[in-house]
Parts: sequence; structure tokens; C-alpha cells
Amino acid sequence: MSVQQVLFDAPGPRARRNILIGNIVGVLVVLGILAWVVSALADKGQLTGSMWSPFLESRTWEFFILPGLLNTLKAAGISIVTSVLFGLIFGVGRLSHAAPIRWFAGLVVEVLRAVPVLLMMIFFWLALGSSGAVQPQDAPLIAVIIALTLYNGSVIAELVRSGVHGLPKGQREAGMAIGLTRNQSLRSIEVPQALIAMLPALISQFVVILKDSALGFIITYPELLQFTRRLGVGEGNVIPSLFVAAAIFIAINFALSTLATRLSTLLSFRTKGRKPAAKGAIAMDAAST
Amino acid sequence: MENYLSLFETYDVPAAFWVNIQLSFWAAIWALAIGTVLALFRISPIPSLQWFGAAYVNIFRNTPLTIILAFGFLGLFSVMQISLASDLNLSLFRIAIVGLALYHAAFVCEAIRSGVNTVPLGQAEAARAIGLSFLPAARLIILPQAFRGAIAPLGNVLIALIKNSTVAAAGSVATESSGLMKTMIEFRSDLVIPIFLTFALGFVILVIPIGLLTTWASRKLAVAR
Repeated sequence: MSVQQVLFDAPGPRARRNILIGNIVGVLVVLGILAWVVSALADKGQLTGSMWSPFLESRTWEFFILPGLLNTLKAAGISIVTSVLFGLIFGVGRLSHAAPIRWFAGLVVEVLRAVPVLLMMIFFWLALGSSGAVQPQDAPLIAVIIALTLYNGSVIAELVRSGVHGLPKGQREAGMAIGLTRNQSLRSIEVPQALIAMLPALISQFVVILKDSALGFIITYPELLQFTRRLGVGEGNVIPSLFVAAAIFIAINFALSTLATRLSTLLSFRTKGRKPAAKGAIAMDAAST
Repeated sequence: MENYLSLFETYDVPAAFWVNIQLSFWAAIWALAIGTVLALFRISPIPSLQWFGAAYVNIFRNTPLTIILAFGFLGLFSVMQISLASDLNLSLFRIAIVGLALYHAAFVCEAIRSGVNTVPLGQAEAARAIGLSFLPAARLIILPQAFRGAIAPLGNVLIALIKNSTVAAAGSVATESSGLMKTMIEFRSDLVIPIFLTFALGFVILVIPIGLLTTWASRKLAVAR
């Protein structure tokens, strides 16, 4: 149902007047909330020039924000690649016609999706650090990557599975008809089509990975939040620093989300058959940290 | 084995899970309330409210929860000296609830909107035909059906919220389970894997029944069409 047009009639003169009044009240309330926040911040001296001037200096960007952003992008970028690999392997595993492989992949995916990412991150961080398997200074990055891969890879495995289930049955039947085995038909016919259909959901999952990489803050990985907190403590402007960090995340994620929406409109013209992915599965994963 | 069991005498694991459950419970109620209001804003005929709802969702959905909860501690608590209770720990606990609620409200709003999308066009047209204006139509016709259509996505938001309550560690809620797990591993590094599996199992036990329950409820309560 396209909500905006049908919930209310095309407004007549009286409805237009009511909407105008409601609009004015709405604007006033929103401005009131903003003014209250701004005055609260100003009361504590958070809006003075000296609080924000560090962001005009090149050394702030050179030594704090850019290195942090680089580390965030590094952790997120590697995790995206490994998650997609993990998701493809386990997604195909869940579709395998060998029952033990299917059950094993299903169990792994279901359990990993139920465990909080932060618990996995703390576990791998401490376990790797104390085992001596990696250099101590590398442990946080590796822990972030492993935890993000296990969780998001499982979500992507579900996307692959529901994407393949969303394809018309004729695709597999055609594969069988030209003499492919079920695995061959899965690999060369069904999964490639499912990947294109699930592209928007996949990009939304990249947003989740980028956001979740900020959990590295808790296990001392020097990502953007960690660096901006250091900056804030050093300059005595914690609140402005966190605002800047949040703004950077919002800008990147908003761009990715917009891309996902555009792609899904574009792809709705080109993919055949039922829409992929149960809505719930996507909503759940979008709600992750 | 005895080593493992002795852990439970030294550390109160159920109490830590209870903190996560409490965080999730209160945050879920507030998120549901705020998210419903936001969803109403987004489907209302008033442009400024539509704009506010969209801006809220886009800002909070794209900010890492870690930043929001760290802001609660570093910004609101330390710098702004906002206190929600006379007791220090209770105050941090409540600030974490506010952060979790504000973040998940954006997802509740989207879940309810997806529920509204399951309501067929004819329902809204019928509501208008019998003379209901926006708010009565929303209250009597659209939202009751939308909530029933939104049970599955709302359940997924609740599951995410329970798991995300561990991030309260970034807001210095020291008593919750991820903090306790860290302490336990640091003091008993010989039992690192059993400790992790215990906490992981705890969350599996919490989360999987909720998933099954909401799937069942969404089928049971689905509006037959």
C-alpha cells in the first residue's frame, strides 16, 4: 500500500488549514527540542569556538580522524570480503542435498546469529592475546575481523539461501534438463542469479559491518571512535569529537543505504520471479549494532 | 569440571544476564513507544512531522550503537553531568536504557512501517469511505492490522536489542554479561573456552525461543486475507 496517498483524502480547504496548523505546531515543537538541546550544550560551554576550532586544524585530521577512519575502513573492508566468502560457503552448504552438510551449516549459522557480536569479539581478543598465536598488537584487529565475519557471514548465508529459494523453479529444472548435476546447477545457474537479486540486502549488511566495526572501541582497537575519544580527552572537547565521529559514520552509511535503495529499484526491473529474502531476516540484521 | 563449577561460586553469572534482560525490557518498552509515534509521524499528512520522522530514522539507524552508548557515558554523564538517579550505577544503567531505546526506536519505526505496507489499499479506502479522518483511521483500522503484520520484524528488533544490550559495556554498565565475561576470562585464562561457551549458550537460550515465539505469533495473528 503506498501510504502517503491513501491514508487521507486529497485535502480540501478545511483539511489544508488543519495541515497548515499542524505543520506550524510541528515545526515549533521540533525547533523547541533543538533549542533545548542547543541551550543545554551551550550551558555547559560545549558550543564555544575553542571547542570546535580543533577541527579546523590539519593536525587533528592528520593524526586523529584520518588514521582512525583508515583503521575503521580497514577492519570493515577486510570483514566485508571474508563475510561474503563465509556467507557463500555456508549458504551453499545450507542448500546442499547431502543432509549432514545441510544440518551442520544450518546449526553453525543459527547459533552464530544468536550470539552477540561483542561477546565473540571479547573472546577472540583475549584468547588470541593470551595464546600467543598472533602478535599482541594485532589481536584486536584480528578479533574484530573474526567476530564480524562469523556473525555477518551467517546473515549473508541466510541471504544466499533465501535468494536461491526466491528464484523461479524453472531455473533449476532447466539446469537439470541440460544435464547439470544439482551442485553444478546451484553453482553456475542459481547462486549467480541469487547474488544479483540480493545485492541491495547485501549492501545493507555492509552498513551493519561498518557500524559494528565500532565495537572494536571496547576491545581497544584504534578505530575512529577510539581516536576521536583520545582527541576529545586531549583537547577537552569530548562532545564535539563524538559528534564529528558520528557525522562521519552517518555520511558513509547514508551513502551506502542510498546506493542500496537505488539498486533495489533498478534491479526490480531486471530480476524475474518472486522477491528474494524474507523481509524479517533483513530487518533483523539491519537492527544489529 | 570442578574447576569450571567453581566459577559459578566466584562469579554471579545469572545476575549478569538479569542485568541484560532488564536493560532489554525497559529499552524495548521505550523503543516501542517512541517508534510507534515516529511511524505515525512518517505516515501523517503533516510535512514537518514526516520530515522529522525520516531525519530521526536516518540519523539513528546510521550511527553505530557503540557511539550512542559511549556518548551516554562520556558526554551526557561525564561532561553534561546529567544524572537520572542519585545512585551512580543506577544512573549509568538508566542512561544506557535511554541510548538503547533511542537507537532501536528507529528500527521499530521501520518495522511498523513495513507492517503498514502489508495492509491492503482497500482498508484505508474503506476507512475513508465511512468518514474516518487520519487519526481515527490510523487508530481503528490501519495500526491494529499493521501491528499484526509487523510482529515478525518487531520480534527481530527485540532479538537484536537483547544481543545489543551487551554493548552497554561501552556506557560503563559494568555489571552486564559481556563485562563479566571479560573479567572472568582475565582471571581464569585457563578456562577461556568454557567461559565463552557458557555466555554464548545463555544468549542462544534467551534468543532462540523469542525467534520461535514471534514466528509462531506472526502466523497465528496474521490477518487472514
